[in-house]
Amino acid sequence: MKHMANWKFLWIALLAGLAPVAGHGQIRIEYDVVPGGTKPVLVSMSGFTGEAAQVIQFDLYVQGFAVTNAEAAQYELSGSNGENLQGKAMDRVARQALLAKSYSGAGLRRQAHTFVDDFLQSIKRVGIGKSKIAYRSMKGENGEIYVADFDGFNPTPVTKDNALVYSPAWEPGKMALYYTTYKMGNPSIFHHNLSSGERSAFARHGGSSLSPAVSPDGGRVAMILSKDGWTDLYVGSASGGEPKRLTRSREDESGPCWSSDGKWICFAAKVNERRSLCKIPAGGGEIVRIPTSGVLNPTEPEWSPDGKWIVFTSMMGGFEICVVPSGGGVVTQLVPGEDPSWAPNSRTVIFTRRHGSGRSLSLLDVPTKQVKDMSRIPGNSNSQPSWAK
Amino acid sequence: MKLNRFTNLLVIGLIVTVAATGCKKKTGFVTPLPANMGGGGVVKDPRPEPAPPLGTDPITKGTGNEIKSGDIKDMDGVKQNAFGKHEGWPEDRAILESSKVYFAFDSASVRPGEASKLTAVVDYLKANADKAVKVEGHCDERGTEAYNLSLGDRRSVSLREELIKLGIDPTRVDTITFGEARPASTGHDEAAWKLNRRGEFIVLSPPK
Repeated sequence: MKHMANWKFLWIALLAGLAPVAGHGQIRIEYDVVPGGTKPVLVSMSGFTGEAAQVIQFDLYVQGFAVTNAEAAQYELSGSNGENLQGKAMDRVARQALLAKSYSGAGLRRQAHTFVDDFLQSIKRVGIGKSKIAYRSMKGENGEIYVADFDGFNPTPVTKDNALVYSPAWEPGKMALYYTTYKMGNPSIFHHNLSSGERSAFARHGGSSLSPAVSPDGGRVAMILSKDGWTDLYVGSASGGEPKRLTRSREDESGPCWSSDGKWICFAAKVNERRSLCKIPAGGGEIVRIPTSGVLNPTEPEWSPDGKWIVFTSMMGGFEICVVPSGGGVVTQLVPGEDPSWAPNSRTVIFTRRHGSGRSLSLLDVPTKQVKDMSRIPGNSNSQPSWAK
Repeated sequence: MKLNRFTNLLVIGLIVTVAATGCKKKTGFVTPLPANMGGGGVVKDPRPEPAPPLGTDPITKGTGNEIKSGDIKDMDGVKQNAFGKHEGWPEDRAILESSKVYFAFDSASVRPGEASKLTAVVDYLKANADKAVKVEGHCDERGTEAYNLSLGDRRSVSLREELIKLGIDPTRVDTITFGEARPASTGHDEAAWKLNRRGEFIVLSPPK
């Protein structure tokens, strides 16, 4: 028995070596985005059971796939999950094997996530199976920051502040967060190394220090400060020092984010009595308005990692998750919800929905508008999500 | 059935692989995965750090932002940055409770009808020269959290400006935003919302 299994592994290994050769020049890129208007890619699944099947199905769904029968599917995923997961992927349209691998260690969930990531990589897409999220979970009046797998599993508390906490923001490529906490009284921005548990005050001033956003290279942090008596946008070096003031308005600026190339800081502001999305050169300069035709009161922008889109929340009675080309233009309204944050794949976002007094997190695949609730995360009020990138 | 199809593929695959590479790739056939990276580490309680000294930031006309939604001229003479130095001062919410200022929806402007409430705050501060005040800015629930945090902050800052204009030393006025997190009324209609769009004045006394 064991011998046979080993032989099977050898075949799979050889086939795995084949994929890049046979696939050259033939793999189509399906992410031809029409936000909210793209049909899911059809895929079939066989041989997976229980938790492994659930993980694979979840990961596929939130990345724009729909599971269907083998005849209709473009891609065929098959395999088994005994002690370890083995999986194969085939492009049925191109009649091409894409992948065959066996996985060991780290537990079945992680193996299943990795298999889907490998499948996506074989069709030239970025998988999110190993990515992390941070969010805030309320307990009564106060809250704590948590970190979890992107699908809500393995939630781990990061703070024990028993205070108001807001806006966790990942340091790109690091297991580290910036966030706002009221632990010291007035809201201050802390940096928190999740590996060592060490944290330090990053912005602690008179007034309020709010809404940190880390530049793509990790070197600078945009934030809203009122230390000089106005609610304005500032940028500071991650290594400390006096932050530079970028806006000087008598209105509030809010919710900054960075352009994917690190040149701009995008934020929400009130310009000529109108709530708008704006951007300003990260080193200072003139404010440029980002048109968002079709919706009112845009807030909470986040620029996609591939640079093409800005996802944001419009406030028009309720809250609506919207997306607009990063240069501005016609807005696509996606689903009711707020506070969106992009996944590294530039297509899935995590967002918050309010229900009664509580809040919960959901995942949305922007092109297909497929939504998965993450009601399994403990606590009845989870919000302020941020996807690690 | 499936196995057969799969085996055929493997044979073709093997041929192509060998043809393309000239030899068998020495690929490990099991992909080892790193152990779970884990979430947060152990959180060490932060040591309180004193607020850094607030450097001067002179207001220069015509630099920085070109948003022309307000007149900044009347702020020129006002030293805005030396506040927030009353950490640990005991708070009293009762003394100026009747001076709560209410705001219009989506606005941080102090309405003329509300501005008269500041008289009591100013009188109290003038009569109690050793005390300071903390201005809280609050919002209703109809905005997103990031928006409300900034709007609440702007409300607290607007009220601070008014106190400064009425002759209170800027260093005696701290501000804080609570966004929508501390509603005065928990209802979900305008009757509740109008009570939640507010500024509150908390008296700070020097520690004994």
